[in-house]
Amino acid sequence: MEAEAAKFIGAGIATIGMVGSALAVGNIFGQFLAGALRNPAAAASQVGNLFVGAALAEALGILAFVLGILIWLG
Amino acid sequence: MADPIHQFQITPLPGLDFGEVTLPVIGTVHLAFTNSHLAMTLAFVLVIAFLQVSTSRAQVVPGRLQAAGETMFGMIDNLAQSIIGHDGRKYFPFVFTLFMLVLMMNLLGMFLTFTATSQLAVTATFGVLTFALVVIIGIAKNGLGFFGLFWPTSAPLLLRPVVGLIEFFSFLLRPVTLALRLFGNMLGGHVALKIFAGFIVSLMGVALAGGVGLFALPVAALSLGMVIALTALEFLVAFLQAFVFAVLACIYLNDVVNLGHGH
Repeated sequence: MEAEAAKFIGAGIATIGMVGSALAVGNIFGQFLAGALRNPAAAASQVGNLFVGAALAEALGILAFVLGILIWLG
Repeated sequence: MADPIHQFQITPLPGLDFGEVTLPVIGTVHLAFTNSHLAMTLAFVLVIAFLQVSTSRAQVVPGRLQAAGETMFGMIDNLAQSIIGHDGRKYFPFVFTLFMLVLMMNLLGMFLTFTATSQLAVTATFGVLTFALVVIIGIAKNGLGFFGLFWPTSAPLLLRPVVGLIEFFSFLLRPVTLALRLFGNMLGGHVALKIFAGFIVSLMGVALAGGVGLFALPVAALSLGMVIALTALEFLVAFLQAFVFAVLACIYLNDVVNLGHGH
């Protein structure tokens, strides 16, 4: 296989890590919604935690994406 | 199709490339006023102008612009107080400055051809700045007690060194994740926008050839819809990432400000 082709395949594989991040972010917002519907009064106070959790989960997916870009262009 | 990465190229503005210049301490550098400089300077000027205009002629019943300025101010003020607590006001200026600058750069990226926060150098500077401030405040406030951050007293004694080591490395990774999150979000969003926009052009080219190519027309329309939806999403992301950056800066500051007497 040509090295160039292997690079593209590698970049593609590296970005698969984003799947986990997608599941995590979906889970966080889904759980938040489920909790918020049960107790709407407490929901507003947890929005900060919601975004921090989403950001932390998302960071790992972004890491995979950046790795993919680095392999692609590097 | 147009290269989606091309938009992140840093190029000197025409007429403002000064070439190789020898500076006193730093040595020889390539000095130029680039599009990255321009975007950052614009963001800086806009932040100052926005806050200046929104706070001049302040009235008891705020107008539209004043209400916008006060909402931004109040939001970050609330955030700092609720996370850091009593000492929150002391660190508010830093967090607010970070927030406004990052927000304005993100938003400008939606209007200009260049996004300053899609440059790793820019976001890394913000990340390292926050990290350095956290370390400096931690040592200034707690002295050597700062290292208690890596000695979790709530863990069993036997596990403490292991947990502490993990804590230590996750502490060192903070500026990296701070920088990469903002950088990756901006880069990813703008690449996706550019790719879908490129689809429209190339698919319309196919459709205009007529014949079987007409089947490309609905796909081009779909791409156009995607671009519109993604643009809306990008505005949300632009705000959200600035907010997340501010929240995380507050949390990291809280770690060292209220070290030992968590609340």
